[in-house]
Amino acid sequence: MNAIESFGIDKQYENHVALHPLDISIPEGSVFGLLGPNGAGKTTLLRIINQIISPDNGSVSFYGQNIRSSHSHQIGYLPEERGLYKKMKVGEQSMYLAQLKGLSRKESRKRLHWWFKKWELETWWDKKVEELSKGMAQKIQFIITVIHEPKLLIFDEPFSGLDPVNAALIRDEILRIKEEGATIVLSTHRMESVEELCSHIALLNHGEKILDGTVNEIRESHRNGNFRLSYRSNEPITLSLPEQVEISQNLRDFNKGICIAEIQSVKLNSSEIISVLAPQVDTIRFEEIIPSMNDIFIKSVKK
Amino acid sequence: MSPFIIIALREFTTRVKNKTFLIMSILGPIGLGALIVIPSLLSGGDEDPKKLLVVDNSYLLVGTETISEHSFQYLNPEEFDETLAISAVREKEIYDGLLFLPPSENGDPDFILRNTRLYSKGDIGIDLTRDIERRLGKLATEEKLKINGVDPSIVKNSTTVVNIKNLNLTENGSEASSLLLKMAIGFGASFFIYMFVFLYAAQIMRGVIEEKTSRIIEVIITSVKPTQLLLGKIIGIAGVGLLQFLILITFSTLIYYIAGSLILESDITQITSAQISSAGEMKNGGNQGTINQIIEGINSLNIASLIGFFIFYFLGGYLLYGALFAAVGSAVDAEADTQQFMIPLTIPLLITLMLTMTMMQEPNGSLAMWLSFIPFSSPLAMMVRLPFGGVQTWEIVLSMLLLITGFLGTTWISAKIYRVGILTYGKKASYKDLYKWLRRK
Repeated sequence: MNAIESFGIDKQYENHVALHPLDISIPEGSVFGLLGPNGAGKTTLLRIINQIISPDNGSVSFYGQNIRSSHSHQIGYLPEERGLYKKMKVGEQSMYLAQLKGLSRKESRKRLHWWFKKWELETWWDKKVEELSKGMAQKIQFIITVIHEPKLLIFDEPFSGLDPVNAALIRDEILRIKEEGATIVLSTHRMESVEELCSHIALLNHGEKILDGTVNEIRESHRNGNFRLSYRSNEPITLSLPEQVEISQNLRDFNKGICIAEIQSVKLNSSEIISVLAPQVDTIRFEEIIPSMNDIFIKSVKK
Repeated sequence: MSPFIIIALREFTTRVKNKTFLIMSILGPIGLGALIVIPSLLSGGDEDPKKLLVVDNSYLLVGTETISEHSFQYLNPEEFDETLAISAVREKEIYDGLLFLPPSENGDPDFILRNTRLYSKGDIGIDLTRDIERRLGKLATEEKLKINGVDPSIVKNSTTVVNIKNLNLTENGSEASSLLLKMAIGFGASFFIYMFVFLYAAQIMRGVIEEKTSRIIEVIITSVKPTQLLLGKIIGIAGVGLLQFLILITFSTLIYYIAGSLILESDITQITSAQISSAGEMKNGGNQGTINQIIEGINSLNIASLIGFFIFYFLGGYLLYGALFAAVGSAVDAEADTQQFMIPLTIPLLITLMLTMTMMQEPNGSLAMWLSFIPFSSPLAMMVRLPFGGVQTWEIVLSMLLLITGFLGTTWISAKIYRVGILTYGKKASYKDLYKWLRRK
């Protein structure tokens, strides 16, 4: 089943179209990367899913049901632009936000204490938010996003402003929550976290979906016959190649005694190429270069 | 618990726990009490007795040694001219000032009074000045009467002090009333509503701006609807206003009873008797009557129902304007940008406040009547009219219904602007933008 499915949703503002009719499916249990340059319509889409704004046309379903306001307690959303009441105490504020998510006072306190203990934030309970560092505030916001254990979690740039240690902490939590069966939507510009975490992605540009599918499918479909051969030699060796295979460059590596050849082949697969090349050189490594999400992103957006 | 209640509770508790609220709650009643008590103490005037030198060239004041507790020391006009007398006051510390009356010309009292001068070292006090003026005026009048061949004692004997007792015809017969008291209550109540409405409406606005600039709004509206947040905020802050008002009323009632038992019965009677003796026969018997009338008047007015109406019109006005202030808050990024929207919002109430005195002259006239129907002015206008009585029941019902319709209307409009405004950053909104937001689906 799909956690979220949209049917032809669009949104137009006075001066511009934020979203062209869009069909999107977010499979249950996936970590879904929502990608796109600034202004592509990601925030508009996320706001529609969160029912903060409604689409001009089309509909959204949540686990097979037409989405309605009672579903909002089963969604956790960490918006990109996020803040807290500066003058309010951390604990008090967390209690407030947790109760707004439909938790009772008692349950809110219990779960918050569990999280605060886990991340060693207990001493912050009675501090005011304005005393918190940005990373601290991020952690509090993360806790509040997941506190009601929703079925669908939407994180918009969850790692921005975090040091590597805290970024890893949040990443591990996201993976743990996913293991527990929740569906995760991750909107980010950090392509390495997309590759690391996401099983599915959709790429938006100018309010339109230009790419979607599983990460593997997409990378596979963007294979362009690039191979790389590393071999032992002090100088590049001239290689003899089968038909329709070309060498784009063949250079000495920075490492002493190693050369690298970049090979282009549209038709032959890697085993066919290596069978020709292997006898000619002392091979260290031969690999097919599958484009990174970063390359795919840039290429698709520029198209 | 419904999110609406959670929000209202937060708005209420964070404000009530705030130090400003505590200070306001203590200082407010003290200030109000001071407003009641201090003028009555001051008017009695525990001033130091002043010692004045008098150079009376016209012999108008002859025979007057004192005015209340102040004393006069006469100088011989033939030995002292104005300059010499001034230097005498300067040199001797015991004298507080100099009263200089020029010689009369053709016995014209007006000429003397025009050229009379009161020199003083430091502040001589307004009461003494008034007393001298009154005394001189009286003497001059007598002179004029004499010039015109009228015996002043005839005039004096014919002077009559009138003190009509105002009685309001009600269903239960008649009751005493005091015009002055009604005016004070009408003006006080409308002024308080004016202040409270803007004080608390501005708090809504500031709250909205705070949520918008800190971006917590983005977090909150994922769990609650903007309208719920808006209403929760408005109701929560209304609670703060009501609590503040109740504290004020409780303390004021206490002060009224304490002051009533202490000041009104002992001190003020002394003060009045002092005033009577100082002011002379003119006011004789007048003040005691007035005070009794005030007490009678307060008891006769239906204070409980007035407080009830006050709370209704305060809440109504607050809700009406508060909703609009919230919309303004949502449309801007900083408080400094609110000016262009604020002015048209503050003008209706300000004009009504300025018209209170006009309305009081004819509390049931057409100006007062129409202003007490229009929701934007009715909270003030009705509070001006109510203490005077004579407002028809249908008028009150209509006014209340219109006010309720009014705030439901402004809340509806604001909610539409608000839900778009809170998510709009950076661009400075114009009236045209607000209109577009209003129409956005």
